[in-house]
Amino acid sequence: MALDTCTISLTVNGQPHVAEVEPRRLLVDFLREDLGLPGTHIGCEHGVCGTCTVLLNGASIRSCITFAVQADGAEISTVEGLASDGGWHPLQDEFSAKQGLQCGYCTPGMLMRACEILADNPDPTPEQVRSAIASNLCRCTGYQFITEAVVAAAARMRATAAAKEAAS
Amino acid sequence: MTATDRAAAAPPVRDHSAKRRWVGQSIRRVEDPKFLLGQGGYIADRITPGCLHAAVLRSPHPHARILRIETTEAQAAPGVHAVITGQEAAELCDPMPDFGPDPARHTWRCLAADKVRYVGEGVAVVVADSRYLAEDALELIEVEYEPLPAVVDPERALAEGAPLVHEALESNCAYERTFDFGEVERDFAEADVIVRDRLRWHRSGGQPLETVGAIAEYDRGTGSFTIDTNTLSFTSYLFMAANTLKVPANKLDIRPVPAGGSFGSKLFANKPGVIAAMCARKTGRRVAYLEDRVDNISNCDHHGSDRVYDVELAMMRDGTMRGIKIDVIDDYGAYIQFGVGHHGNALAQVVGPYTIPSVRYRVRAALTNKNQQGAYRGFGSEVNNWMLEQMVDKAARELGIDPVAVRRKNFIREFPHFIPTGNVYDSGDYDRVLDKALELADYAHWRDEQQRLREEGRYIGIGVISAQERSVFSATEFWFWFDEPGAPVTSTPESVTLKVDATGGITAILYSCAFWGNSPETMVSQFVAEEFDCSPYDVSVVYHGSRDGLPATGPGGSRTTVMLAGAVEGAAAKIKEKARRAAAHLLEIAPDDMEWADGGFRVRGDPERKKSLAEIAVMLHLFKHSFPEDMESGLDGSKVFDHPYTTMPSADRKDLGVFYPFMGHACHIPVVEVDIETGAVTFLHYAAVHDCGTLVNPRSLAGHIVGGTAQGIGTALYEEYVYDEDGQLLSSSYLDYLIPSAMEVPELTIGHVETPSPYTPHGVKGGGEGGRMMAPAAINAAVNDALAPLGIRLTELPMTPERILAALRAAGQAG
Repeated sequence: MALDTCTISLTVNGQPHVAEVEPRRLLVDFLREDLGLPGTHIGCEHGVCGTCTVLLNGASIRSCITFAVQADGAEISTVEGLASDGGWHPLQDEFSAKQGLQCGYCTPGMLMRACEILADNPDPTPEQVRSAIASNLCRCTGYQFITEAVVAAAARMRATAAAKEAAS
Repeated sequence: MTATDRAAAAPPVRDHSAKRRWVGQSIRRVEDPKFLLGQGGYIADRITPGCLHAAVLRSPHPHARILRIETTEAQAAPGVHAVITGQEAAELCDPMPDFGPDPARHTWRCLAADKVRYVGEGVAVVVADSRYLAEDALELIEVEYEPLPAVVDPERALAEGAPLVHEALESNCAYERTFDFGEVERDFAEADVIVRDRLRWHRSGGQPLETVGAIAEYDRGTGSFTIDTNTLSFTSYLFMAANTLKVPANKLDIRPVPAGGSFGSKLFANKPGVIAAMCARKTGRRVAYLEDRVDNISNCDHHGSDRVYDVELAMMRDGTMRGIKIDVIDDYGAYIQFGVGHHGNALAQVVGPYTIPSVRYRVRAALTNKNQQGAYRGFGSEVNNWMLEQMVDKAARELGIDPVAVRRKNFIREFPHFIPTGNVYDSGDYDRVLDKALELADYAHWRDEQQRLREEGRYIGIGVISAQERSVFSATEFWFWFDEPGAPVTSTPESVTLKVDATGGITAILYSCAFWGNSPETMVSQFVAEEFDCSPYDVSVVYHGSRDGLPATGPGGSRTTVMLAGAVEGAAAKIKEKARRAAAHLLEIAPDDMEWADGGFRVRGDPERKKSLAEIAVMLHLFKHSFPEDMESGLDGSKVFDHPYTTMPSADRKDLGVFYPFMGHACHIPVVEVDIETGAVTFLHYAAVHDCGTLVNPRSLAGHIVGGTAQGIGTALYEEYVYDEDGQLLSSSYLDYLIPSAMEVPELTIGHVETPSPYTPHGVKGGGEGGRMMAPAAINAAVNDALAPLGIRLTELPMTPERILAALRAAGQAG
């Protein structure tokens, strides 16, 4: 017996979706199970650890305490949308170069949070990065190499943006 | 054992003079791309359509008899396929695998059958079409409990008349023994000063961001189970899990999937797999059981050490350490699955880096109404480090000696060195580590700053600790506790198979070795690349399941890198020997005249005549008739690498033998400020120097040092599984169990010293646990240094603001 469902329409990583969901269905379960996007992980299930972080209209949210119906009409970005045909996002590449991950479980949430941080401030100091990623727990790295990776990616993204501007 | 006997039992000393191309390079990890793309393949990512979900009903009582469980309504709930109570589970499954002292007298099952012994213990499981429906049905189960008085404090648990956690044990003491190593009474009689203290270390745990989970299937046709899970270790002991499920070991395949962190807490964590398998057999369906966070906090079976120490350190006035008497009570919780192996870890390095000639060690294992202990990064040795460094600092303070000087005065400087317990320290250079740490810490500067800021009313503290980082456990530490051990196991091997395909591509097969956030694939790829002069990124790594696997023990006790290095070395040697003979045959030359160089075999003195590994491999795979009769097709090799250095304990247990020989070392120097108004501790600087022998991937090791230190900061300042006096768990979410964020962890200044082990491939020692083995001791030392002007020492971890303020109030220093 299914509960009553609601129809939602939303965009995930640029792809439009229309779906029937139970009102109580969590956004993280909707993304992982209904859309087959397992990159968004479940950590604490009560909105503290940030492992399930995705962007909703560009702002980070905890998808483990957000209902799918709350994302109706929204644009959602997950880790699966980061890499493009041209290769890895600079954040992914710098996380690898600096070993900003160990078990990789907090990494998708951390990457999405970092996207938001750099959208808000393209040139953060290491201290500003630390303060901003304090929203997300990492149990492996002690945050040092994550901080280095975000700062390094920011520099590359600024250089790319400047080159584009110069070319236009 | 005499000194000569001991030395004679050592393995051959290795030559580490060969140049290394890949070992020692901070290459990018080969594991990372899948994780960065969100395609990690963790256990929760492997749930397929049609898979059922299990959810466990947990006890709200710390101690209660289960009188009745009513499941009719839950059985009839939407989407429910089965409800299994503890009583039924006890019929379907035998007790859980248990290395404890006397499992028949403290029996542990996957669900509580007759009474619950801690808050969170499972009493029933629901299997339904979705996790949502399973949790709905849990609400419909009615359990009638008869609450019993709980015992929470370990000292009260050992007192007369305490409520019994296990009636069959007739007490709450699961183990007690006193060991004397060396001339303890003589050394104490001759000492000038006895420094005494009582120390309290409360329980914390690994808390990986991914919980433990398993997906199980039962094949009725063959009568066999397949369990995919993020815990796997001890292939050699998986017959125990098979026994629990009542199938032969060769009808159980436990297949490892990447784990989102473990830190020890997924070591041999079979309960979720057993529950999922039991449900799969009952329903005839594929069943997933993934712990939720409350399960993992309250019912994971992997809480860390929980100890009360009474310690006496015998000192001479000049700072010479003469002996130590340690009396420790460890609160194991309701069960004791690994026995007191945690104290084997302590005894491996009980005297730290110091020439303390005698040790008395009394250990009592108390059972209480809490979740049981398991493994957490350090496995009890980190607690010993903290205890010993606390005592050394207290002695320095009482004797008026500088804390750096007292350490230096007692350093061991000759290796190999046998400590009083019988374990060996294979190598080290403690002065060099200390010197480097003092330099990186800018020690003199911070001592000046401490003075200057003190005049401004600020309390700055500098902690200096030098401590050991044992690596590569041997099985003896789990049974030398008993005069007549049930299973005196003598090795803990690790195995690797290397297969060279027809194109020369190499696949490495690992047994019982899960990805836990450590880097087994990178390590193995670097070792393979070192052997075969290929790129580590061209090596393929496969994690084999338990069935038909070679003997292996898996990660734990900082053994993975050393043991994989030995297994790869041995497997590569077999392949190279066959490749040498094949190349020699093809070139029509004697095998002894061939030498390995640059990815193939060439003729000595005629380097142009050569065969690459790929050329040899294609011939061996496809052209059998080009070779002599006795040469089989194919090119592969397996190596079961036994523990490279274990000796047996003496019958009287005055010498425990060698059981943790590859001895890393570290010095941590944090600089902290204590706010005496709020009790908050902040870091101003933090230097850490580690010696784990030859570095394999310095960047990865540095990552483990920082990450382990972050966990040590949690242990020292924030993290505690708090049970109130009635046995209720007060910290069952991350709102109460405080894991350090990026704001609580400082940037570390890291240094490495390399004293290669004489006994391991490349001279590698284990290093994955070091950060957490040092940081709690170092931070406690720093806080005590900060508060020294007020006459205060903190002797209890974690040093929460409440505990610091209480100490200040007790000293009349806070309002």
